Amino acid sequence: MQSPSPATSHEDLRAIVSDHMHLEGPMLPMLHAIQADFGYIPEDAISVIADMLNMTRAEVYGVVTFYHDFRKAPAGRHVVRICRAEACQSVGGTALSEAALARLGIGWGGTTANGAVTVEPVYCLGLCACGPAAMVDGKVVGRLDAARLDALLAEAGA
Amino acid sequence: MKIYIPMDSAAKALGADDVADAVKAGLAERGIEAQIIRNGTRGMIWLEPLVEIDSGEGRIAYGPVNAQDVPALLDGKMDSLGRVEDIPFFARQTRLTFQRCGVIDPLDLAAYEAHGGLAGLRRAAAMTGPRIVEETTTSGLRGRGGAGFPTGIKWKTVCEAEADQKYIVCNADEGDSGTFADRMIMEGDPFSLIEGMAIAGLGVGATKGYVYLRSEYPDAIRVMNAAVEIARAQGVLGADIAGSGRAFDMEIRVGAGAYVCGEETSLLNSLEGKRGVVRAKPPLPALEGFLGKPTVVNNVISLATVPVIFEKGAQHYADFGLGRSRGTVTLQIAGNVARGGLFETAFGISLGEVVEDIAGGTRSGRPVKAVQVGGPLGAYMPREKFDTPMGYEEFDQNGGLIGHAGLVIFDDSADMLQMARFAMVFCAVESCGKCTPCRIGATRGVETIDRIARGDTAATGLLTDLCETMKEGSLCALGGFTPFPVMSALTHFPDDFATRKEAAE
Ligand SMILES: Cc1cc2nc3c(=O)[nH]c(=O)nc-3n(C[C@H](O)[C@H](O)[C@H](O)COP(=O)(O)O)c2cc1C
Ligand code: SF4
Ligand code: FES
Ligand code: FES
Repeated sequence: MQSPSPATSHEDLRAIVSDHMHLEGPMLPMLHAIQADFGYIPEDAISVIADMLNMTRAEVYGVVTFYHDFRKAPAGRHVVRICRAEACQSVGGTALSEAALARLGIGWGGTTANGAVTVEPVYCLGLCACGPAAMVDGKVVGRLDAARLDALLAEAGA
Repeated sequence: MKIYIPMDSAAKALGADDVADAVKAGLAERGIEAQIIRNGTRGMIWLEPLVEIDSGEGRIAYGPVNAQDVPALLDGKMDSLGRVEDIPFFARQTRLTFQRCGVIDPLDLAAYEAHGGLAGLRRAAAMTGPRIVEETTTSGLRGRGGAGFPTGIKWKTVCEAEADQKYIVCNADEGDSGTFADRMIMEGDPFSLIEGMAIAGLGVGATKGYVYLRSEYPDAIRVMNAAVEIARAQGVLGADIAGSGRAFDMEIRVGAGAYVCGEETSLLNSLEGKRGVVRAKPPLPALEGFLGKPTVVNNVISLATVPVIFEKGAQHYADFGLGRSRGTVTLQIAGNVARGGLFETAFGISLGEVVEDIAGGTRSGRPVKAVQVGGPLGAYMPREKFDTPMGYEEFDQNGGLIGHAGLVIFDDSADMLQMARFAMVFCAVESCGKCTPCRIGATRGVETIDRIARGDTAATGLLTDLCETMKEGSLCALGGFTPFPVMSALTHFPDDFATRKEAAE
């Protein structure tokens, strides 16, 4: 996870958006690039994109909110995504994730009080033959059990 | 000496990177000269990390190997599994689409070519578009993304459409739980997908392709991007592909975490930068697809199978299979399973043979209760249906669907009421919001199942009616097929919907 920049700069946003203007269907690549840079989609980005793509702010907002990936606020320093889908459920994934959330005192999508870890649900990571599965900042882990998940969360500072 | 250590994300999730580091260090310590190759996975996930050592007498397999095992491995003190090709799970397969997966370094184009790659593209480059389409039709290939629509017929529509620009769009959204074939091929043999898209481009007269790849697959995104650059540098993509005098190039686009964007029209909207809502058909994407232009939308496995069809000939491919399901099915065996992974075989094998015999039943050792086939919109198949052969029509006749060919195995501790409830929750979370029966109905479905769970068994009638409404009144298969898992759970496992009431009495 990149740590989000302290202030969102209008100029940076315009630069990112400009970089993608030549693409066919540039919106998603723009939003991904902005989120990679800022850690979330700042309010300002909506206006910049709307302005440069000649769309209304409402239209851009509608796109941003449609997708689970785009955040309206920064996440914790680390993001742990735990699979909630069927194959992981068949090997005890539900109990595992519920226990972990209870220990951290947060719900799905929540961030620990110290700001270290955000836990998000994900519906399948393609690791369905070695579940329960999770992803820590883009790094995959399989065949999780309570001890392993606790260790990962502790390592992330939760 | 060559040492193969997979870089597939399932292998990595089980520690393959640590093993690779330990092997590197161990070799240096011992002063052994060896080449480490990071291959894709062979698909035997229960053996991952599966390390293969080739000292001149074939590739000898060891697995699962963890980092602590590496000293023993390098000192020849670890028990081997024998030659990888002789492991029964592997030996029983017919590997066509996955012929190179796990065999080569995924980004080594010369190795790709040495193992049959690009032969299909060269053959196609000498054919006219309509001939390419005809060859595809002859192979009997049907879409592996879910609907099983004949690929050649789809291509014919696009081929015959008049337009200044046409597109090939690869659906790599692979959102179904229990599926990972797309991921495996993109990480393990990405050039086969690129070659398949190029052949499709030549066939229909499209010069531009996109792979819409889900954001949940960062490893696959990395490998595919690297492979596209290599292919472009080597003239597999570009202005004159494989000496055909025709152009084709492609880009990788990343999804944003919406299951419904696997539906082809929602995907096209998303690719255009819009909300991923489903479009009404007609118009077909084949006529008005990406940016309103004629567009082929095909699944990763459909497209990655095209090169072997052109390499070996359409008839060779069509000679495998059962009834109207020709060729091979790339089964993904997942969930609570003893031997999980990818198993490619001719259509026609029975569900029971796969689950009990090939996969060895459950990981927990308890009896198999149900198998969900075809992802979150697929039916829960009880043991009584285990003689159903793998075939599109055969599954349909047995109240199920093959979909993307994922099998999720559950043992007898599974609570099928909870699984039915999850199907409704998932539909509610992922609905694109266009149809009332899907958007509202799924939420009502959750409430109704909760009533049943509290002992109100009369609510099962309500649930059945609701499922009927969703089936009839939904535009796409998200709302339309969610009744499959729900009703199959209710029909085949009625006890799970009744026990709570009895317990309360
Ligand atoms: C809700 C929903 C999700 C889908 N997800 C996928 C997917 O992830 N991958 C895929 O290839 N097809 C998916 N499909 C099927 C596609 O709409 C389409 O049939 C397919 O991409 C066509 O390619 P094929 O003919 O090669 O299978 C989905 C369909 C629905 C209704
Ligand atoms: S069935 Fe659901 S997902 Fe499909 S178009 Fe209707 S609302 Fe959208
Ligand atoms: S269901 Fe969890 S990784 Fe696929
Ligand atoms: S409300 Fe949209 S199809 Fe019925």
